[in-house]
Amino acid sequence: MSDPLVKIDGLTRRFDVSKPWLNRVIEREDKQFLTANADVSFEIGRGETFALVGESGSGKSTIAKMVVGLLAPSAGTITFDGQRIDAGAGIPRSLRRRFQMIFQDPFASLNPRWRVGEIISEPIRTFGLMNATDARKEAGRLLEVVGLSANDVNKFPHEFSGGQRQRIAIARALSSKPEFIVCDEPTSALDVSVQAQILNLMRDLQDEFGLTYLLISHDLSVVRHMSSRIGVLYLGRLVEVAQGKKLFTEPQHPYTRMLLDAVPDLALSGRRRRPVEGEIPNPISPPSGCAFHPRCPLAFDRCKQEIPQPRQTPIGQAACHALDHAVA
Amino acid sequence: MAEPLLSVRDLVVEFPTRRGILRALDRVSFDIMPGEVLGMVGESGAGKSITGAAIIGLIEPPGRIASGEIRLKGQRIDNITPEAMRKIRGKRIGMVFQDPLTSLNPLYTVAQQLIETIRTHIDCSEAEARKRAVALLDRVGIPAAARRIDDYPHHFSGGMRQRVVIALALCAEPELVIADEPTTALDVSVQSQIIEVLKDICAERGAAVMLITHDMGVIAETADRVAVLYAGRMAEVGPVREVITEAMHPYTAGLMSSIPTLTQESDRLVQIPGAMPRLNAIPTGCAFNPRCAKAFGPCTVERPELIAQEGGRQVACWLYDEAKRREVPHV
Amino acid sequence: MTTEPNPTPKEPSRLYRMWDSDLAYAFRTAPVAIAATLVALIIIGGAVFAPWLATMNPFNPAELNLMNGFTPPMEPNAFTGETFLMGADNQGRDMLSTILYGTRTSLFVGAMAVLFAMVLGISVGLFAGWRGGWVDSALMRVADVQLAFPAILIALLVFGIARGFIPDNLRDQLAIWVLIVAIGLSDWVQFARVVRGATMVEKNKEYVQAARVIGAHPVKIMFRHILPNVMGPVLVIATISLALAIIAEATLSFLGVGVPPTQPSLGTLIRIGQSFLISGEWWILLFPALTLLALALSVNLLGDWLRDALNPRLR
Repeated sequence: MSDPLVKIDGLTRRFDVSKPWLNRVIEREDKQFLTANADVSFEIGRGETFALVGESGSGKSTIAKMVVGLLAPSAGTITFDGQRIDAGAGIPRSLRRRFQMIFQDPFASLNPRWRVGEIISEPIRTFGLMNATDARKEAGRLLEVVGLSANDVNKFPHEFSGGQRQRIAIARALSSKPEFIVCDEPTSALDVSVQAQILNLMRDLQDEFGLTYLLISHDLSVVRHMSSRIGVLYLGRLVEVAQGKKLFTEPQHPYTRMLLDAVPDLALSGRRRRPVEGEIPNPISPPSGCAFHPRCPLAFDRCKQEIPQPRQTPIGQAACHALDHAVA
Repeated sequence: MAEPLLSVRDLVVEFPTRRGILRALDRVSFDIMPGEVLGMVGESGAGKSITGAAIIGLIEPPGRIASGEIRLKGQRIDNITPEAMRKIRGKRIGMVFQDPLTSLNPLYTVAQQLIETIRTHIDCSEAEARKRAVALLDRVGIPAAARRIDDYPHHFSGGMRQRVVIALALCAEPELVIADEPTTALDVSVQSQIIEVLKDICAERGAAVMLITHDMGVIAETADRVAVLYAGRMAEVGPVREVITEAMHPYTAGLMSSIPTLTQESDRLVQIPGAMPRLNAIPTGCAFNPRCAKAFGPCTVERPELIAQEGGRQVACWLYDEAKRREVPHV
Repeated sequence: MTTEPNPTPKEPSRLYRMWDSDLAYAFRTAPVAIAATLVALIIIGGAVFAPWLATMNPFNPAELNLMNGFTPPMEPNAFTGETFLMGADNQGRDMLSTILYGTRTSLFVGAMAVLFAMVLGISVGLFAGWRGGWVDSALMRVADVQLAFPAILIALLVFGIARGFIPDNLRDQLAIWVLIVAIGLSDWVQFARVVRGATMVEKNKEYVQAARVIGAHPVKIMFRHILPNVMGPVLVIATISLALAIIAEATLSFLGVGVPPTQPSLGTLIRIGQSFLISGEWWILLFPALTLLALALSVNLLGDWLRDALNPRLR
């Protein structure tokens, strides 16, 4: 990509999950680390929607938190329009203003003690973009942008339904006029009919304001609907990156194929879901080599010993030894 | 027609609050035939879990069944004593909940819990019960069941735990299994395994299943018939294929087309405007009328009842009432 | 763009909303809470308006008549013919007036002590809960150690140390503030613990993360975002603490280390009164003691009720 907006390079995050010091000494255990992400690299182009999919333990939310500076990476870099986002070193305000986040649970993401107007205008006030009167007016205007009424500024969050709250959260994210929004499972707490409203709204706003999205989701059909490019995570590693809809017609990595097979078939095409073998291993002690090898139908000796590196595929990149062999 | 296994008629469940009585279920009627899988779908707050709770007599006070009947093989079970209900729960009706940890006692091994349940409901020796338990665990897909049966629930992963719960629900050979969001807490790849196990094992034993879920995909794959709830009322009941591919009720139709699929081509999703009303603000007439594009005269006035249609379908919508349509010819 | 139906009915007045809130409803239907509030309000009101309500200022020697000493309640004095509702004490002070003024002192000390404990406890709790890690461990160990000592012991200790530092001529003036600090210091731990626990829950909620994403200052997040959401349990503890602080003050004053004799509190009055019990002048002890009991009990009942009303699981 010639001039990506966000560039993520070798991103790694480990969490210390050791027992307290005294227990370790008595039980003679070593420190334990959970590797949430290992060596994740991808780029997000301007105006596109890049999606990260994965099941629990895949580390997709950890990436989201690192990208917006809520967590510092253990290794690797995040570059936003040429500038480093480094939670450890502090992020300049001028840079912070340019990205925002939408969260999963609209019942937890709005402070229950604040009025909607205060909630929406908090970024405006924090970045000192406007005076108080203008910020208030802007909050009303943003409510209308997301399909609510400007009069709602005086209400409290509990007066709204889940879908309406997510609209308020989106209005807050828009208030600092960001270019880039990280959306962490934005619809998974909502009912399907409301999900459609929110997804449509997100698309409309993207067209209107030229936004770039990083969409985190476990729902493949949502991801397919929204994204221009998709990254598939398994146990903290990016196993495949591919152009939007192509991923669904020509999946390259065996895990991607397995995920697709597991999606319930609503069209009743008669396709029988192929139940997947096994479950996701414990991320504290992941399998050696390719973490997917114990569940992989294509696994061979090399998969147990060597972590596969990403290689070009017709639709993007994938990290799988079987692909090497197919070519060689 | 055969006698239904479970028959629910005009069920009303109310929750008194200081701002008035909330009707969580408003005259809900449906049947479950022996051995069939009935999917119960609806958005959160539509009343699907309360329907399940009402059947097994587990509505949290001050909520109560205000009127209506629930019959299990013709015998009323909505007005029996708590002791009588306790004998039916577990023995004749098995339960699988969303969170496996609510169904399993963390202080006892899986073996203790299974054997106790089996011996409570079936007259057999401890050794015999253990043999049954191991066979059942093996059947639900627990590897090395004979060894793992002596483990505690926390030794199992989420998916394995849900398998244990299914075994527990089925160990007394019930006629009906009520599964309330059995896969919602699980990962996609594990979801399909659990649904498969639940479906197959119930089919083997001839147990009927009431599958409560918000996930239409799971219903599409599992259920024989589907019942759609909206704001505590039944909107539509029918064979799953027909309801999904050619929904009759405008709500079901909107719901179906608002779900993104892996094959659709359009850039925008069809959306139903608005949200389901809160229980204290259900509009008069059809509960769906403010959001319905096809609403006409009677919809805002009178509540539609379920009208029988061809192919064993039922729909609660004035569009399918010939007399009403003739009154307002321009529709 | 289609919107969810969003009617804007006429905003009900603020007063009506308060009256209609769940808490107000719970209050209206709890006779114990209403009775406790009434009793507490009467006593607090009497204390606040003491200068206007009392028939005399019992601490102005000019208004005293020693001839009135030991007048029993409701009986005319043999020498002066004056009658006192609750009798008069050894110096001829009207007991009712003395109690009104004494309650004033007790309430002032109690309220200020709770305020001090609250500010200290909330700050430590927010900071410990927010920072976590070793900062949290260190602060909470200090709190644990302090909790191991009886509150009165700590108050006595503080009092003793303060006496050593304060010059004699300021001692009486500062005594009341020393008392406030002493009681407050023995009481901050429970505020800190509750606030710390609630902070640890709140700080992981998404609204706090949203504030962190835009780089809001931690102090602002702690006080503007988290604090309003942890105030419920804090208010409960504050109410119950007020009752305890009033009792603690009475205990210290009874032990003779509390307020100076020129500004007697209920505790001082009880100490003075108990020496006359044996000689039969029961009213000098009984009425201050009853007042203390009624005040502490009503505030405590109110706190208990508030705790239940704010606990969603019991509702």
